Amino acid sequence: MIDYLGILLEGLLVTFELSFMALGIGVILGLAAALARTYDHGPVSYLANAYIELIRGTPLTVQLFIIYFGLPSLGLLFSPTFSAIVTLGINSGAYQAEYFRGAIESIGGGQMEAALSVGMSRPQAIARIILPQALRLALPSWSNEAAYLPKYSSVAFLVTVPELLAKAKVVIAENLKPLEVYLVVGLIYLVTIASLSKILDVVYERYKFTVE
Amino acid sequence: MVCVVQSIHNDWKGPLLPSLLDVLSSQFTFIIEGLPITLSLTAYGLGLGFLIGLPLAILRVYGGRGGRQFVAAYERVMRSVPPLVLIFLFYFGIQTTVFEIPGFLAVTLALGLCSSGYQSQIFRGALESIGSGQMDAARSLGMSKLQAIRLVMAPQALRFALPSWANELATMIKDTSLAFVVGVAELMRRADYVRAATFDPVIPFLVVASIYFLIVFPITRIAGTWGREKKRLVAGV
Amino acid sequence: MGAGEEAIGGRRLTKVVIVKDVWKSYGKVEVVKGVSFDVEEGTTTIIFGPSGAGKSTLLRCINMLHQPERGTVFLRDIDLMKAGDKINYYRSKFGMVFQHFNLFNHMTVLENVMIGPRVVKKIPGDQAKRIALEALEKVRMKDWCNHYPSQLSGGQKQRVGIARALAMDPEVILFDEPTSALDPELIGEVLQTMLDLAKEKKTMICVTHEMGFARAVASEMIFMDEGTVVERGSPEHFFTNPVNERTKKFLSRLTELYGHHESRSEVADEK
Repeated sequence: MIDYLGILLEGLLVTFELSFMALGIGVILGLAAALARTYDHGPVSYLANAYIELIRGTPLTVQLFIIYFGLPSLGLLFSPTFSAIVTLGINSGAYQAEYFRGAIESIGGGQMEAALSVGMSRPQAIARIILPQALRLALPSWSNEAAYLPKYSSVAFLVTVPELLAKAKVVIAENLKPLEVYLVVGLIYLVTIASLSKILDVVYERYKFTVE
Repeated sequence: MVCVVQSIHNDWKGPLLPSLLDVLSSQFTFIIEGLPITLSLTAYGLGLGFLIGLPLAILRVYGGRGGRQFVAAYERVMRSVPPLVLIFLFYFGIQTTVFEIPGFLAVTLALGLCSSGYQSQIFRGALESIGSGQMDAARSLGMSKLQAIRLVMAPQALRFALPSWANELATMIKDTSLAFVVGVAELMRRADYVRAATFDPVIPFLVVASIYFLIVFPITRIAGTWGREKKRLVAGV
Repeated sequence: MGAGEEAIGGRRLTKVVIVKDVWKSYGKVEVVKGVSFDVEEGTTTIIFGPSGAGKSTLLRCINMLHQPERGTVFLRDIDLMKAGDKINYYRSKFGMVFQHFNLFNHMTVLENVMIGPRVVKKIPGDQAKRIALEALEKVRMKDWCNHYPSQLSGGQKQRVGIARALAMDPEVILFDEPTSALDPELIGEVLQTMLDLAKEKKTMICVTHEMGFARAVASEMIFMDEGTVVERGSPEHFFTNPVNERTKKFLSRLTELYGHHESRSEVADEK
């Protein structure tokens, strides 16, 4: 078992790459969508809502295939990894948007009123008063989504990205022990996600006290 | 290629100039035949998750320290392992060691186990929300713990869990799309087949995306309404 | 004569409940520390004291919802700590009325009152229904039998809770701050029901701070603080000359806050 662990870990690295990049894209998209939903009352909000509902209403696999097969037909040729990152990012963003929106709405109008009454403009109020508090509030549920991203990234295997699951297939093609290898892979995912959760918990605990 | 697909499904005698609408409709017909399979996968997977998840939730809330720890660990595992890995584990793992397992069964087992982890959490939350007062009242009448769970806690927990459970239903429908990797002829597989047959890279998937959306979206909307209503009720109590 | 009975001058007093040196902790915190007292049949015992004094916990030890770490409780001559699997049976001999009502929300009023007799006492459906309707009649909630708890006011819910306890024909009824969660105008109807029960010589143990009620019906009052019995005696004793400093302080604080107590249950008496 030790001999193929190395190959698997190569795949794990790609998994991390996918997860990290997707998370980043997700944060940007999610935050933007959440802000649009909360503070805009026109077409932008509607668009954001459409984005969120469409992404959450369709399977990740379908989204992946649309982008993977679709981009080339638009003339854009990218690596499978890129397609996967884009899809995972867009997908994650829609779910993150809901966490952020909940947090922003919890902070409440009172804070906005106070900020405006001091003379800040709305964007200033959002950036300096609402968001910092909202992000801290959203941290626990966001950490949840962040820690589980590696799990979602496993679908990238379907579009030939050489991540953990793909490497597992390679190993099995060699040693013909699917039961064992998949159990090991499952274990790797478990440990990875548990560690990420733990790290994020620790970060949250330490960061919590600097809030007040 | 499109003509081939058309003639199979439309009984047309010869190649006709396919209009976009014809293309769409024939693709659509073929794809949507996968819907019953998707739905039955959903039903079996969700059902298995329920049969495992509810007892585990009860075990975790009422079962003492050992039960609590076991279920906590179980939930952890089932939520961390990707469904794809479990599907492959069951499909290829069992095939080479025990017997020839049909893809449908492998997917049902895999998705069912995954779902049981989430459903256990959902029902646990519901049981805890209902509160120990109900249990106290039931036991003060002389009911045994088991009677109290059966007659008072579980019925209320199921109602309470409905919004979250509806979300789990939506998730399960989407996850069944993974079944295509083991050859189950559900929606996703058929869409992919059309893609391969027509070299049309996008439209089949857009079609199948719409189908999923039309099913999933109403469910999540209803779940949202139930959830808001529940919040209102709970706050009012 | 059984363990719970004694003869005093020819008149037999039956002790229905004997609490003997009960200790109960939550984790490391001792909540009930060596409480002992007895309750005679047909009497009302009032337990009162500051919050956190362990009163609710003590009540739950009496019907063994919580098991004491030390000590025991006798129901007549049965040692409840030694009851084993018959404990559910003995527990059904106690009725309990809760601060937060704890009505079964998924059942109608009638079903709530019926379920005890049907499921625990295994009484057949029709008979159980009759018993339930009788109990509901007693608390004046019979017309609401097909409503759900969510459609009732707090006072109505509590009365149904009392009916639910009554339907089991208990030997003792335990009340855990039955009016504390009620809006002031709803307290009267519940107190009236409890007064009626006291007049019928039901054995009751009440944790409450409704001093007017206590004055009207209590045969014994127990003041608890920090898990122990500080002082006990008749209502006259407490209201005319309590002995302990803590008791005096608590009582004076109570009358400050709830001075209108007495007027309310006097009004109830007049009904």
